[in-house]
Amino acid sequence: MSSHEVTLFIDGKEIQANKDVTVLEAAEENGIYIPRLCWLKGLSPFGACRVCLVRANGRPQPACTQRVMDGMVVDNDTEELRGIRRNIIDMIFVEGNHFCMFCEKSGNCELQAMAYRHGITAPKYPFLFPQKAVDASHPDVLIDRNRCILCSRCVRASKEQDGKGVFGFTGRSIDKRLAVSSGEGLAGTTLDVDDEAVSACPVGCLMKKRVGYAIPVGERRYDQEPIGSDIESVAANKGGE
Amino acid sequence: MCVSNEAAVREVCERFDHDRTRLLDVVREVDERLRCVDDRSMDAIARELKVPRADVEGVVSFYSFLSTKDKGEITIRVCNDVVDRMKGGDEVAAAFEQALGVPFGGGVGRGSAGAGKGGVDGGDIEGGVSLEYTSCIGMCDQAPAALVNDVVVTRLTPSAARTIVRKLKDRSGSEDLRTLLADSFGDGNNSHDLVRSMVENSIRRAGEVVLAPYESDAGLTNAFSSSPQEVIRVIKASRLRGRGGAGFPAGVKWEHTRAAAGDQKYIICNADEGEPGTFKDRVILTERAHLMFDGMTIAGYAIGATQGIVYLRAEYAYLRHFLDDVLAARRRDGRLGSGLADGFSFDIQIRMGAGAYVCGEETALIESLEGKRGQPRFKPPFPAVKGYLGKPTCVNNVETFCCVARIFEKGSAWFSSIGSAGSSGTKVLSISGDCHRPGIYEVPFGVSLRDVLALCGATDVAAVQVGGPSGRMVPPADFDRTLCYDDLATGGALIVFNQGRDLIDIASQYLGFFIHESCGYCTPCRVGNTLLKERIDRIRDGHGHPSDLDYLKELSSTITTASRCGLGWTSPNPVTSLITGFPELLEQRIPLDPSNNGTGFDLETSLRKAGQDSGLPSYEMEV
Ligand SMILES: Cc1cc2nc3c(=O)[nH]c(=O)nc-3n(C[C@H](O)[C@H](O)[C@H](O)COP(=O)(O)O)c2cc1C
Ligand code: SF4
Ligand code: SF4
Ligand code: SF4
Repeated sequence: MSSHEVTLFIDGKEIQANKDVTVLEAAEENGIYIPRLCWLKGLSPFGACRVCLVRANGRPQPACTQRVMDGMVVDNDTEELRGIRRNIIDMIFVEGNHFCMFCEKSGNCELQAMAYRHGITAPKYPFLFPQKAVDASHPDVLIDRNRCILCSRCVRASKEQDGKGVFGFTGRSIDKRLAVSSGEGLAGTTLDVDDEAVSACPVGCLMKKRVGYAIPVGERRYDQEPIGSDIESVAANKGGE
Repeated sequence: MCVSNEAAVREVCERFDHDRTRLLDVVREVDERLRCVDDRSMDAIARELKVPRADVEGVVSFYSFLSTKDKGEITIRVCNDVVDRMKGGDEVAAAFEQALGVPFGGGVGRGSAGAGKGGVDGGDIEGGVSLEYTSCIGMCDQAPAALVNDVVVTRLTPSAARTIVRKLKDRSGSEDLRTLLADSFGDGNNSHDLVRSMVENSIRRAGEVVLAPYESDAGLTNAFSSSPQEVIRVIKASRLRGRGGAGFPAGVKWEHTRAAAGDQKYIICNADEGEPGTFKDRVILTERAHLMFDGMTIAGYAIGATQGIVYLRAEYAYLRHFLDDVLAARRRDGRLGSGLADGFSFDIQIRMGAGAYVCGEETALIESLEGKRGQPRFKPPFPAVKGYLGKPTCVNNVETFCCVARIFEKGSAWFSSIGSAGSSGTKVLSISGDCHRPGIYEVPFGVSLRDVLALCGATDVAAVQVGGPSGRMVPPADFDRTLCYDDLATGGALIVFNQGRDLIDIASQYLGFFIHESCGYCTPCRVGNTLLKERIDRIRDGHGHPSDLDYLKELSSTITTASRCGLGWTSPNPVTSLITGFPELLEQRIPLDPSNNGTGFDLETSLRKAGQDSGLPSYEMEV
């Protein structure tokens, strides 16, 4: 173990990690999947969806922002945290209008896949049926805010990777909505269909036009294997070394 | 009328040096001058300050007092806090609505629709008028209250509301709203020429620390005769803890801020006072401004800061000119500026909020000062290390700074001899609700709730909300508990409810407050509070199910555990304190009608309610 490494324990498993990484990254490198939605590799962590909540030395913290510390004891896959994650996923469903059977993202959608991974078939909370606007003004990209989970991945990708600032948020609390940098809708912005911001969207809110259904439903990414399997298969491989 | 005006926008941006960290000040001022920040103004601001347009809209839409739509020359904001509604606020709101002919949140009217109705004369309100509800404006001791632009009007009745509307119609163009609306001004500095407000101080009991007379700057002089390290040692010895709610030891916070590396450091006075039922900082700002500024200056000296900032809530804008004037006087008297004590320079400026309770949270406050949406930051790093503009920053409450100055006037031993073992000094309480003498009471820590209730003349008490909605609803069985950091901690709000009040409805209203004020950053608080309210409302209306209690407990625990800041950690408290303190109340309200399989579900009532909600003609069941 080199001097810049620390030792921590995730659900009792001892792992080593560079001292500058977060719990989420350390786990991932060691084949442990911590569920997450607003985190995306390459973007600054945001800590907003709260799906990656773990207990770090007993304190509830998002794994995506919590730095590792030597000797840290992390709870990840516990009854309590699974329950909290299920509740949060349920909340995300009922604050939007998600009709997966009619959604082009189905099968490639991280929210839907997260629900399946957590054994959710229908949310236990009442649907809030909010009014959320669709914006089809842009020639190549559609916004369907009914499916937006306010994760800010597009906001950060546009600022940090595309150098633009096309997206943001308006309002607060339950009235928070995705905003675009123009009074004339997405068409009034500098967004390009190839921007990182578009592909950063984990759900069916930012959709490229005219490329739908290229892969049939049933053969898509999360139709094949549960979300997180790629990370966990690293562990299986490592175990076989 | 709101007309975008590029020249005006440019001028405002110019005045703030095109500094994007002053975005909130820019939009505030554009809103004030043009009476809204419309699409074209937002475009212009984005261009001038070189910020993404979405960020400008993000800020304008975050703060309740800013608007992207025209709101006319006059905006009347009626306080819809629990206490205001207990004192007849709903009737006052209805009177405004009727006299103005504009519904709440319904855009701009001219006021002429009220002609002939409710005894209001016809005629127009020049420039138009809009009507809104607003969260607690800190006037619970003289509720119901409202804001007419910046002017506070208190002790309202429906007829007072109609008189206000008539005065607004009769107003000649430039007439000062303050003189127009108040028949007489309040006590103390409320009658000061720069305040001229009908607000009353309602000081019922002045204690020895904050509200005792203060004329000299003895505190300041004594502090300057010690070294900064010594000053911190004295504050630690006094065992002073923060008065804003969290109770963190002030000396320890100062020590961290002093130790942090930084070429520039800041002292921030938190005057956001947004917790419903709290109005003590309002009175301190009005009557003890020098004491507070002395405290801030001492803090600056101790940690090595050269700049102090008071973050003043928008609801208290009526105090702005007065406080600026006090600061100007201090500059003239050499109590601010350069060379205050061997090489120490310090100045203080007032910065305004724009209507957001969450901005009382210290890191949200700092974001707001930097011109952003008031969203709390990750901690660590704490403000002591990385605060305003990335520099070490010490945030304390108004009252905390007053204690500091008094400690240097009278000594830390004197201070720590007052109060209880773990909580030295006094606490300024804001008491309102069902009591004969609502107002300000400065009491030593360790006093029992029962004694405080006797002081304010509360009888027939069913519950006391200690610490506002984010605190606890305390049942009579606990009235012998004491007010201090180790027992019933409070930022100062005590709201009394008598036996006639519907405590379940009050909990529901408090949830409504949190729903309105959540910043919306994280899922559990953004969505969870709405879900809590849906279920508590169902119980309130007699449609609950026994399993709802477990549902509420589990949901509350998720919100409390998974939220990102203090707002979400405490927003389920109205529900959890009902469940723990008043279980029989909930059980009584939950029907157990075996004819509906014990579900409590009544098809007929539900259908009727659905019919009403949908606005369709009433639905009659045909069986
Ligand atoms: C949602 C929320 C609102 C708050 N509002 C206020 C406030 O209005 N005034 C205040 O002094 N502290 C408020 N606080 C506490 C501050 O974050 C901070 O602890 C305090 O200003 C520190 O000063 P003190 O140590 O002197 O109390 C609030 C905290 C939260 C979570
Ligand atoms: S975005 Fe995802 S969760 Fe929402 S409807 Fe589409 S597939 Fe379903
Ligand atoms: S549009 Fe997509 S990426 Fe952007 S905030 Fe909404 S869900 Fe997240
Ligand atoms: S807990 Fe509420 S107020 Fe705090 S960050 Fe989350 S959404 Fe915002």
